[in-house]
Amino acid sequence: MNILVCIKQVPAKDAPLAIAGNWIRESDIGFEMNEPDSYALEEALRLKEKHGGEVVALSLGPERVKQTIKEALAKGADRGIHIADDNFAQLDPLGTAKVIAATIAKEKVDLVLTGLQSDDHGFGQTGVLLAALLNLPHATLIMQIDVQDAKLKLKRELEAGWFQWIECPLPAVLTIQSGINKVRYATLKGIMAAKKKEIAALTRESLGVTVEPTQKIEKIYVPTKTKKTEFLTGTPKEAAAKLVEKLKFEARVI
Amino acid sequence: MKILVIAEQRQGKWNNSSFETLAAAQQIASASSATVSAAVIGKGVAALASELATKNVAEVLLVEHDLLDAYTPDGYCAALKQVVDSAKPDLVLFPHTYQVRDFAPKLAAMLGKGMVGDCVGFRSEGGKLVFVRQMFQGKTAADVTFTGAAPWFVSFQSGAFRADQLAAHPSGKAPVNVVNVNAADIRTKPLELFKEAKSAVDLTQATLIVAIGRGIKAPENIAQAEAVAKAMGAELAASRPICDEGWLPMERQIGSSGQTVAPKLYLALGISGAIQHVVGMKGARTIVAVNKDQNAPIFEIADYGIVADIFEVMPALTEALEKAKS
Repeated sequence: MNILVCIKQVPAKDAPLAIAGNWIRESDIGFEMNEPDSYALEEALRLKEKHGGEVVALSLGPERVKQTIKEALAKGADRGIHIADDNFAQLDPLGTAKVIAATIAKEKVDLVLTGLQSDDHGFGQTGVLLAALLNLPHATLIMQIDVQDAKLKLKRELEAGWFQWIECPLPAVLTIQSGINKVRYATLKGIMAAKKKEIAALTRESLGVTVEPTQKIEKIYVPTKTKKTEFLTGTPKEAAAKLVEKLKFEARVI
Repeated sequence: MKILVIAEQRQGKWNNSSFETLAAAQQIASASSATVSAAVIGKGVAALASELATKNVAEVLLVEHDLLDAYTPDGYCAALKQVVDSAKPDLVLFPHTYQVRDFAPKLAAMLGKGMVGDCVGFRSEGGKLVFVRQMFQGKTAADVTFTGAAPWFVSFQSGAFRADQLAAHPSGKAPVNVVNVNAADIRTKPLELFKEAKSAVDLTQATLIVAIGRGIKAPENIAQAEAVAKAMGAELAASRPICDEGWLPMERQIGSSGQTVAPKLYLALGISGAIQHVVGMKGARTIVAVNKDQNAPIFEIADYGIVADIFEVMPALTEALEKAKS
């Protein structure tokens, strides 16, 4: 089974964000693999180990995202595809999906996996849009994949503790829910092996894709608070004592 | 302008965030002199359409077909594309449910349009609608506008608008009009719905909740949070990453994929306040957040906050709670 995993690189979880117009200032912060995508990658590697085939790691973004592709190769992906785009943050979900879909259309792929959403834009649309553009069936928020006679039996997460089994033919696009598996670490051997693996470089222009945005992020900003927070200060001991006072006599909840 | 709300039902039961979205539609309509219609889609859902018609809407569209009995993205997209083609709305609104995430971007793409998902608010600025959504896991908000021609597709986050602000129909009932749709090729096959083994804890009934997030760092540190919960007589809960790691069972998860709670007190320890968590607990009467990052989004909804290392606060808090009891 040939599997292509879409992986985004996002600001590290603890990175201090400096807002610059409708994006952030990228200098001085660290980046990492989008966590939901790391679950998708792990699932792809497990499917390959069970059913054979290859795993291709695809990422769209500036030069820095090659590091994340290399991480995927070190974990066991067979080859990488880098769609170089310095202006990726200005693409809307449909534009991003069009660029990626044009790339996937050139590949021989049985299964396309994505994480459920990215930790930066958080659109949560890429997987569904890829399915629409590639005219493939899809399912989202998947918690288990069983391959049965060239079709898939999938456990899909619904809200409030509900799940549903669904059947889906191949080829298909799935978005993977976080927590589906335990993500592996790259081994030293994997890191060494990754150095010999190929990363194909593409661009929007080389793909011949033009995109017309359907929406525009005008600006981003620190959200306005909906509540007035009373901050309790002092040493941890003092703050804890103040909090217990407040909860007991002001909020009257304990 | 014409607004169409796609209400969501499953097996004849409403998803209540449908009514929040309808309330949002009414507010947008009054800010931009638009009319609001609502559509219900499924099989055997005429009674639900009739219920929708008691709200202040211009009309209700009833969309029924055998293939719409159980939800599939192919069936819903094919049917709703026909609804949008015939009703010609400018703005199509959805509640941001798991089901909507599954099909709405595709529906928009089939019409060559974009969707702005998971919005928490809107503004009307000089005749232009600006939608507000969160980015960077709730650390920033973003103002988003549509650049192309209508129809525009928008979904609203659960809890962003209040269903109790929904206006009733002024003269009793709006007309219910049937929209006939043609069958589509359904590629996925929906099978049974199920819940995992019935959970032993029902956090929705807890009056006091102590919840932990990534800030707890390692499973061996959970005992410190348990001590706080015990001293308070509270239930222990967690954000999704803690349950994904297997450090606490999934049944203790608060958020969109876990339980939605509204206790008297919610104490968030080392929880950043990502959207998916906040939707599950923002109804708590009193919210306390302890986090070493003063910019953590959890403080946006906290009544009381302590900016500090949870590992220093947890033992101090346990001690102060024990002392208050004696």
